[in-house]
Amino acid sequence: MTDKMHIKMTVNGQAQEFLAEPRELLIHTLRERLDITGPHIGCETSHCGACTVTMNGKSVKSCTVFVAQANGSDVTTIEGLGTPDNLHVLQMAFKEHHGLQCGFCTPGMITRASKLLEENPSPTEEEVRFGMAGNLCRCTGYQNIVKSILAAAAEMNAAKEAAE
Amino acid sequence: MKDEITREDRVDALGGMGCKRKRVEDARFTQGKGKYVDDIKLPGMLFGDFVRSPYAHARIKSIDTSAALAVDGVVAVLTADDLRPLGLHWMPTLAGDKQMVLADGKVLFQGQEVAYVVARDRYIAADAVELVEVEYEDLPVLVDPFEALKSDVVLREDLVAEDGSLPDGAHGPRKHPNHIFTWEVGEKEATAQVIDSAEIVAEESMYYHRTHPCPLETCGCVASMDKVNGKLTLWGTFQAPHAIRTIVSLISGIEEHNIRVISPDIGGGFGNKVGAYAGYVCSVVASIVTGVSVKWIEDRMENLMTTAFARDYWMKGRISATPEGKITGLWCEVTADHGGFDACADPTKFPAGFMNICTGSYDIPTAYLAVDGVYTNKAPGGVSYRCSFRVTEAVYFIERMIEVLAIELNMDAAELRRINFIRKDQFPYQSALGWEYDSGDYHTAWDKALKAVDYDGLRAEQAQRVEEFKAGKTRKLMGVGLSFFTEIVGAGPVKNCDILGLGMFDSCEIRIHPTGSAIARLGTISQGQGHATTFAQILASEIGLPADSITIEEGDTDTAPYGLGTYGSRSTPVAGAATAMAGRKIRAKAQMIAAYLLEVHDDDVEFDVDRFAVKGAPEKFKTMKEIAFAAYNQAIPGIEPGLEAVSYYDPPNMTYPFGAYVCVMDIDVDTGVTDIRRFYALDDCGTRINPMIIEGQVHGGLTEALAVALGQEIAYDDMGNVKTGTLMDFFLPTAWEVPNYETDYTVTPSPHHPIGAKGVGESPHVGGVPCFSNAVNDAFRAFGLRHTNMPHDHWRIWKTANDLGLHG
Ligand code: FES
Ligand code: FES
Repeated sequence: MTDKMHIKMTVNGQAQEFLAEPRELLIHTLRERLDITGPHIGCETSHCGACTVTMNGKSVKSCTVFVAQANGSDVTTIEGLGTPDNLHVLQMAFKEHHGLQCGFCTPGMITRASKLLEENPSPTEEEVRFGMAGNLCRCTGYQNIVKSILAAAAEMNAAKEAAE
Repeated sequence: MKDEITREDRVDALGGMGCKRKRVEDARFTQGKGKYVDDIKLPGMLFGDFVRSPYAHARIKSIDTSAALAVDGVVAVLTADDLRPLGLHWMPTLAGDKQMVLADGKVLFQGQEVAYVVARDRYIAADAVELVEVEYEDLPVLVDPFEALKSDVVLREDLVAEDGSLPDGAHGPRKHPNHIFTWEVGEKEATAQVIDSAEIVAEESMYYHRTHPCPLETCGCVASMDKVNGKLTLWGTFQAPHAIRTIVSLISGIEEHNIRVISPDIGGGFGNKVGAYAGYVCSVVASIVTGVSVKWIEDRMENLMTTAFARDYWMKGRISATPEGKITGLWCEVTADHGGFDACADPTKFPAGFMNICTGSYDIPTAYLAVDGVYTNKAPGGVSYRCSFRVTEAVYFIERMIEVLAIELNMDAAELRRINFIRKDQFPYQSALGWEYDSGDYHTAWDKALKAVDYDGLRAEQAQRVEEFKAGKTRKLMGVGLSFFTEIVGAGPVKNCDILGLGMFDSCEIRIHPTGSAIARLGTISQGQGHATTFAQILASEIGLPADSITIEEGDTDTAPYGLGTYGSRSTPVAGAATAMAGRKIRAKAQMIAAYLLEVHDDDVEFDVDRFAVKGAPEKFKTMKEIAFAAYNQAIPGIEPGLEAVSYYDPPNMTYPFGAYVCVMDIDVDTGVTDIRRFYALDDCGTRINPMIIEGQVHGGLTEALAVALGQEIAYDDMGNVKTGTLMDFFLPTAWEVPNYETDYTVTPSPHHPIGAKGVGESPHVGGVPCFSNAVNDAFRAFGLRHTNMPHDHWRIWKTANDLGLHG
């Protein structure tokens, strides 16, 4: 065991401060230390994307980030995307278009998709498929996930246009 | 105002069967508020982790746990010696065999559980696992079942008598120490005779490789022994929570009423979560020993290497026909690799599951099937990966045999299917291997499918492509994959289906609340199928209360009625039927209440959508909501207060969903890369409860089929090392590799199911695998290929092209 490290980070807008072994994985920090259980663990080897969060403006797989690397960072998880009274457009679109079944991949999917749509607000179907290829789903065959994301993009763009 | 509400409006307001109701589960899942087993956190909870064998076959000379125990935070390290006094070092399997919980003197597969470390957190547990010293003496490894049947190396000494003789196994006599059973169905002599004397005979050997269901969430549990009250609570990824409770009770001796098993949200199952695993037993023991709760969660590598492989069938077929193509006989011989223990999850009387559905959708007068189960140094399992008990193997077998026969006959494979389909007027149809197919209309489905894809156009295009290829104008070939499948699901009638002696009925219990809402509990458990949505739809139509006013609850054995769980597409055929039947009991009582309130005879009122109305006077009625209230506030002579019902449904037969699939694929001969240009899937699952959910199931099942056909496999080397133990090597398709699917349907209701539904979740996997595989094989048919084995990854396809001399 190694000495503990003093960690400070912001998670879903809230400042967090604690002592942790540097080898602690960010996914465990979130799930076990902070009780933020939206992000899931499907592999711990960076393949499945169930653990996807946004860290300093980038999608990362939190199973492959040491808490030491996350020191000082700003992290957003599915819990930070919307509230029950004010859902993110993607959260509604996934329900509307049946973009989920068991729901295990869903938090990572939606978190990644939210970032994708920031990076590319009007993606083609191909771009969505490519941009989501780091997130595995075993249930849906992706067809309705892609549909949900494209619908959310259209809706967000329409709302933006209306506001302008 | 009231008059303006039409009957249709009332139907719509229910959100009942047939509508695309949005899922009630989604609110929590999209907000990260699902509650999966790893989300459970209890005060003082400890973590368990396994020391696993690096060897596939070895004797254990010693285990030294002292260094691990010395680590701060390690609470216990269990070995077989600790479990032996409790009689828990071995456990029964679902297949009538027994399996080591922790290695008892030897190990039989790589990754086998050797010791169980319990520690304060998962990091400490993982550190301590590294410190457990195990001394092994390696033994010769058997990874080939054919070799195993000849070898002097005995894998299971525990199954050989002291005098060297072989006692019978759970399924009869054994002919070699590494042999588990022989299962025979059909007419051996008659079939041999028909085939031997036939003018046309096609023969083929094929290997349906070993793979794994690999749900995104691995297996896990939390065991919590309350020593004060003597109650054990076990949360876990259980597809059959009630059966798990009974098993835990039988092997631990804790009385069943003192055990509460809870399946929380489950992150996909696909058969992986049917069995009972060492992790569950060790966690229960650890919780009993330590008096605190213990969590065990597999990592992905453990999941792929140890819990629940699927398939691994070596199949040899012979099929005979007249020169016109009418099939006269089918012969199927299987060598089944079951790994180190026989832990297949099949109904007791079916050691090879429903493999005897291998005559498929065809009217085959004579058939014979023999399956030999064999022990090897591989992980145990043999689960139904998104299929009903080996139906996937059966359908792949017959759909490949049909293609091979078409080649032998020099005939179009679609036409060959058409002339051999069981005709609509032949249902109920008695198959040569013992099943009674309940219903079907194969010709209609097939014609619809072929028309939808312009089949003749595809063949013309393909022929032209072959010409262009031969002329050096393209390096891409085109394959047209066909498959027509009949599934057998909804196990099953208690008279012939049980698991560990537990009849495979299922159940539903309904309570109507005074204000006209309800809760229904079932013996099944959703793993993504959306039961909370669809079962409420069935009930809404049956009892006339809106689906939105009905809560569906599953998975808690303290509250839900006993049932055998969710796998083998049995939820809709069995629990769905129980739901409808329980609903009808509610309705029967509601009818008496309505008649009382309306002051007429029981027979003078009739059910109409959401109410009972006086026959011939529809303006005189009581809504179900009003009736519900009356059930609680009126003293009605001769009727008990309250409005509740329970139904245990023992299905009279299986259901037989079917479908017609077509895949159009381009194959780059030089790289072996496949491009699925089009995939059309027509499914007939009988009455359709929620078309949106059916479509989602089809997309998902097809994608798992694509994975299995095109690359997903659990491969071993000669030493029994697993070569595909991570998601780097084990193929799970991404959004990038998966096409868009076209879905279609016909509706042939099941005649014996109360609502005519047949189940759909597994059909696309069962029908999809041969469809993808047939497309690959078909692309090379013009160049003389008869059959090539799955998985058709790029390398194997390149190799096929190379062997056919297509690389110049
Ligand atoms: S758990 Fe992080 S990528 Fe799978
Ligand atoms: S919904 Fe189950 S893994 Fe995606």
